[in-house]
Amino acid sequence: MLEVAGLRGGYGAVEVLRGVDIDIARGEIVALLGSNGVGKTTFAALLSGLLPCRGGTIRFAGHDITRLGARRIVELGLIQVPEGRHIFPNLTVRENLELGAYRRGKPNRAANIARVGETFPRLAERFDQKAGTLSGGEQQMLAIGRGMMAEPELLILDEPSIGLSPLLVEEMFALIRQLNEAGLTILLVEQNVLQSLEIADRAFVMENGEIRLSGKAAAMLDDPELQRSYLGLV
Amino acid sequence: MPDLAIIIPSVLNGITTGALYALVALGLTLIYGVLHIINFAHGALLMLGLYAVYYLKARFGIDPYLALLIVPPAMFALGYALQRGIIGRASHGRDENILLVTLGLAIVIENLSLFFFRSDTRIIDTPYSFETVEILGAFLPLPKVVAFAGAIVTAALLWLVMARTDLGRAIRAVAKEKKGTALVGIDTDHVYAMSYGLGIACLGVAACLLLPSYYVNPQVGHGFVLIAFTIVVLGGMGSFVGALIGGFVIGVVEAMGGLFLGESLGQIGIFAIFILVLIFRPTGLLGHRV
Repeated sequence: MLEVAGLRGGYGAVEVLRGVDIDIARGEIVALLGSNGVGKTTFAALLSGLLPCRGGTIRFAGHDITRLGARRIVELGLIQVPEGRHIFPNLTVRENLELGAYRRGKPNRAANIARVGETFPRLAERFDQKAGTLSGGEQQMLAIGRGMMAEPELLILDEPSIGLSPLLVEEMFALIRQLNEAGLTILLVEQNVLQSLEIADRAFVMENGEIRLSGKAAAMLDDPELQRSYLGLV
Repeated sequence: MPDLAIIIPSVLNGITTGALYALVALGLTLIYGVLHIINFAHGALLMLGLYAVYYLKARFGIDPYLALLIVPPAMFALGYALQRGIIGRASHGRDENILLVTLGLAIVIENLSLFFFRSDTRIIDTPYSFETVEILGAFLPLPKVVAFAGAIVTAALLWLVMARTDLGRAIRAVAKEKKGTALVGIDTDHVYAMSYGLGIACLGVAACLLLPSYYVNPQVGHGFVLIAFTIVVLGGMGSFVGALIGGFVIGVVEAMGGLFLGESLGQIGIFAIFILVLIFRPTGLLGHRV
């Protein structure tokens, strides 16, 4: 469904990504792992068309989206839930969800809002509340709900567990698996290596703007090098 | 102490003037709320609108109220094009640049107007210019009563657009969260231009409602911008209801000042309020802390 080859990109004189190859098949959860500052969020920005590609190609659902803007990419169904949520604080929860269907999914808007409410009962109780007054965990749910409103073909979740309490992190990963079981293809961008590998089908580990390791998630859990550098096990 | 027979007409007069001030301020506060800049070109664009109404009447005999069908849409298109073609392009996404670009636009527009329209002050003649309506025993000029109603209707329409349409939601979303809007597929440049266009269309409405009881010359916008800016500060930057209330307050204060202090000192009250608000309530009556 997604094939990324030799992707390069960065800001100003700084080259953040130096040739990244990643592929995702329909129905998978693929984890993109790595510590802070290795280029994961830059990668997500390039996929969503927020940043121009400096080289390489991105193919999504049969289209070459390398040079497309954010609007066209959303239309094709590649939806990102960004790190830091970026919900609309001055709009109500319901309005946030309505805008999630601004470019895609409009015909089913009412039904999809009801569906998001079923998935996140806590949001449903707060539909008419300003989004800026939600707690961090609720804002993360809203960001995901807003992404679901666009009926994504591929959902990119950038650091969905960041800033959440350990209990909520557990819930978040359970939810991601549940969304996937309902048929959604997911690219999970995370620092939380262990929990990501537990729910992912495959994983890529990024270091310094390049893919360092890749493979089946289950096998990577047993990889001695990964254990040493990321899981803190000897 | 003047008696009620003088005060009531004066207050009513202030309210009708205030409605027009509010309309100009609504455009300013809309643009401020989304683009985060004071639109220095506001007065110059109001002046262009007034000339449009003037020439439609002088050359083609089109009544100013009929011009409501022509001038506001034309001003909307002009505003959209200015934002998309000049302001957005020249500012490279930096707020202080936008400010300077709008200031430059104001200077260019005013000087072109001096060249093409000359500096003469012009008025139009309509059959109803001197008709009056009796309200609470006071006789108000008909054009001012119409202007009051028109301003209220326009404010209500604008509120409906902002509260009930996807465009309004997108405008409010872009104002606070640019990355989020891009990620739901909103074309932010388009939304910026729509906001600017709507703000300028308000000036088009104001121009049509104003000219039957006012005049136009190339400097006519200055006084309005200063007052509109005061209203926006008074009501709270970016607040719609605040701009409406602020407009009425300023209109009445101006009328009362004129009544008690004389025409030449009438506006002193406006600036006294401006300073007091800045000292005691810098976020305005209905503003929020940023």
